Amino acid sequence: MSNEFARLQSASPTAPAGVNTAGVIATADVPTLEFDNVEVAYKVRGIDRPVLRQVSFAVAPGEAYGLVGESGCGKSTAAYAAMRYLPRNGRITGGAIRFEGQDLVAMSTDEVRALRSKAISMVYQSPIAALNPSLRVGQQVAEVFQINGAGKDTATDQAREALGAVQIADIDKVMRRYPHELSGGMAQRVVIAMALATNPRLLILDEPTTGLDATVEAEVLDLIRTLRAESGTSVLFISHNLGVIRSMCDRVGVLYAGQLVEEGQTTQILNQPRHPYTVGLLRCIPRAGLRKDLHRLDTIPGSLPPLGSVIPGCVYADRCPIATDQCHTEKPPMVELPDGQRSRCFFPDLAPDIPRSTETTNIIVDQRAPDVVGDSLITLSGLSKTFGKDESTVKVLSGIALSLGAGETLGLVGESGSGKTTLAKVLLGLTHPDGGSVVQLDGKALGATISNRSAKDVGAVQIVFQNPDSALNRRHAVRRIVGRAVEKLGGASHEQGQERADDLLNEMRVDARLHAAKPVMLSGGLKQRVAIARAFAGNPRLVVCDEPTSALDVSVQAAILNLLVDLQRTENVSYLFISHDLGVVRYLSDRIAVLYLGRIMELGPADTVFSGPHHPYTEALVSSLPSIDGEATNRVRLLGEVPSVANPPSGCVLHTRCPRREGSGVEQLCDTVEPDLVEVEPGHLMRCHLSLEQLRHMQAAVE
Amino acid sequence: MSEAGGTITLDPTLDRAAMRALAHERALEERRTRRRERRQLLLRKPSFLIGSLILFFWFLCALIPSVIAPQDPAAQDLLNKLKEPSGGHWWGTDVLGRDVFSRVIDGARVIVFVALGATIIATIAGTMLGLVAGYFKGRVDEVIMRIADIFSAIPTIVLALLITSTVDSRSMLIVMFIIALVFTPIVARTVRSSVLGEAELDYVAAARLRTERTPHILFSEVLPNILPALAVEFTVRLGYAIFAMATLSFLGAGAGPESSDWGTQVATHFKFLNGLNWSATVFPAAAIASLSVGVNMVQDALTEVFER
Repeated sequence: MSNEFARLQSASPTAPAGVNTAGVIATADVPTLEFDNVEVAYKVRGIDRPVLRQVSFAVAPGEAYGLVGESGCGKSTAAYAAMRYLPRNGRITGGAIRFEGQDLVAMSTDEVRALRSKAISMVYQSPIAALNPSLRVGQQVAEVFQINGAGKDTATDQAREALGAVQIADIDKVMRRYPHELSGGMAQRVVIAMALATNPRLLILDEPTTGLDATVEAEVLDLIRTLRAESGTSVLFISHNLGVIRSMCDRVGVLYAGQLVEEGQTTQILNQPRHPYTVGLLRCIPRAGLRKDLHRLDTIPGSLPPLGSVIPGCVYADRCPIATDQCHTEKPPMVELPDGQRSRCFFPDLAPDIPRSTETTNIIVDQRAPDVVGDSLITLSGLSKTFGKDESTVKVLSGIALSLGAGETLGLVGESGSGKTTLAKVLLGLTHPDGGSVVQLDGKALGATISNRSAKDVGAVQIVFQNPDSALNRRHAVRRIVGRAVEKLGGASHEQGQERADDLLNEMRVDARLHAAKPVMLSGGLKQRVAIARAFAGNPRLVVCDEPTSALDVSVQAAILNLLVDLQRTENVSYLFISHDLGVVRYLSDRIAVLYLGRIMELGPADTVFSGPHHPYTEALVSSLPSIDGEATNRVRLLGEVPSVANPPSGCVLHTRCPRREGSGVEQLCDTVEPDLVEVEPGHLMRCHLSLEQLRHMQAAVE
Repeated sequence: MSEAGGTITLDPTLDRAAMRALAHERALEERRTRRRERRQLLLRKPSFLIGSLILFFWFLCALIPSVIAPQDPAAQDLLNKLKEPSGGHWWGTDVLGRDVFSRVIDGARVIVFVALGATIIATIAGTMLGLVAGYFKGRVDEVIMRIADIFSAIPTIVLALLITSTVDSRSMLIVMFIIALVFTPIVARTVRSSVLGEAELDYVAAARLRTERTPHILFSEVLPNILPALAVEFTVRLGYAIFAMATLSFLGAGAGPESSDWGTQVATHFKFLNGLNWSATVFPAAAIASLSVGVNMVQDALTEVFER
């Protein structure tokens, strides 16, 4: 691990050494933001429940400091506390929060307001929600300047300038728009422009890219990095995504149950974590190089202690594999380690080597690798889907042809609006495809919609939805949700259905005591297990997984992915795995299909698609992936915005954004003729005018 | 899968599993407490307590008037007509010398059952229409909602008087159906808007994916989720139904002059308000008000506790 660390340090352009040194030198001065033993409590039903416990860290001038942790660990609370902007029932119960040496807690409301309007800015997770829907963008940005004393015309000019600084191309057009007319990435740029309008000395970013596509996320992160280099603003960056943190932050603090458990240089923490929680967290992530048939993902057993519980010892002791009696009864101090790394653990030296923990399942795992992919299970050809009628039609899927073998996982990737979900709906029979589309199961045509399919065929193609809160009826008991599916799809009696539901739920490791509970009483991971149990109720042949883990924390995600892999081994079920998380797709998929504006741009074995030479679109997707291992390559960016599906570009649909079109020598062809999806090497299909050799040459030049 | 799933393997992480189960037990307990708290919150609200006391009293009167009423509400005493309240007649006597107190008690039956009946019919019919309109959308929705628009555009009272005068019937049943007819589109609109949101949720797609028929999806999947909104709508409609009923009988639709119905009593006696007698008008009118206010107090408390 240590030589990996050295290698990464030398080759990490994302965290340039200059920034780090600047940060270190600057710590001698007064820190921009300092948390000194801060305690925050929320009053719930009359009782103060602690959510931040003795949190201490400092953000030096010009430094980018990251706060990571899973949901419910207090990240956002820390951010709001730094603005002194806690919810009504929240209170800072101890310690001091200092901004440039002044105690925020002791300040008057007016002083805090002045600080918020001039010195501290915040960017929230959902940019659309952060903008006023009834004000035009230009007016809204100008308002910030007007508050700070500018006249109306000056403010408008300044707004134009600010929008230019966040690299918005057609400024005047954007200024006339309302927030709902902006794409997510564009809206976040506007919010950033507003946040930076007053040249703040501290910028707080709370999950600024979480709802965005990977390509857009990469652009926004680039932008923040550029702006920071120009302005020297200090940044407090909050994220659950370690890859993003790695590419953005000089130092990072890891929060768990409201306590800072580890802190240090980002590369140190990610390469040599010295707290069992950080170690566990990093092991949960499906990294590059891990494959479902060779590596089982680690999980963190147990769950976060409930909000505000009183813990006598170490907050992590209940889930820690190396916890001793001392850990349960005594609070560990923050231990100083070499190079400024700090860990709140009695045994920081043991932490890196804690035993691997991967949750065992009741399912007997057949270690045989699925080397023999069976005959084609599902075949699609000439599949199209057009919405609307007469003049106003939108063709969301166009000439999709693929086949999927039994026991195979096909990863489906692409930006939002590429048609992933529509393809899934057509497969499931929820949406009627256009005439001439062929969907075959075992070589026999499958009815276009559910009403044309037999119960067996309906059961054969099932789905695990993205959001279990929406997918599980909140009024029904878990057992009923699963049992009803068994009854209807398997022709079973009510009693048989209930019995089988209990068996299925046990297999998914949903505790028997919870089978009678309603979904609301279950955690996110458990809900998703119920959803999986339901999908498997009708002995499915193909299960569509539509972003099944995107709403879950990484440790829970790992357990769900392990479960899906186990089920595939025992059931020989095929998966169509839709995800924007390329790391997860890469871990799980045998083959990958890349979708853009309703067309398959590339299709091939997972390793081939990821390692290249890739289709230019895939190349951009892959290079936008922030890696926690820091193997940053020179980024290849898509140009401009996603064109409207209703009015796709002529020729190759990618030509307006293609990173490889310039200087390829075939620009004319790209702009006028749509390339076919052709087999460029055995099993590897691509829709591009450039040859595989040309692409290989171009892409080798980058690396 | 069943073979593999049936086997019980000894789980090395059993302790953790037990811990997890314990945690969930705690979560369950917390939910139970929340429910209990909600009940207590309701009982601590004075508006809820007073409102339900009033309603309880009138329901009792509707069910067993002869037990509560001190005298026969139909017994006439023409020598003692239009008397002020006294020890013999607590609320005085009416134009035929009948005991006003007993007649008000007796009249509760009419208004409670007609208003309740009308609201129940309107809620059931409106729910059906709203479910269908919101689930199928498109042309079906269009047709149902346009018809509903037509009904809402006509003033309730005018429509009701029109119908009662056309069918020329003095039946309370007719009044009940008229009120139900007028309220149905209003309920339908509320239900429809809730259904529009629910139908987008994935559990509806999941139900279709286990070959569930549409009626099952509507009544067993969607309906339970809109029940809280429906319960609030029901109490609101009940309040309006009481007023509609009283207004109609005041205007002479439904009951004959011999009826102990409250609206009819007010209509018969308000002309004596010019100094001759006040009690035969004021007490039935106050009864109408108290019933309506009682319903509204309960509804307010329910909305506050369940919809926050």
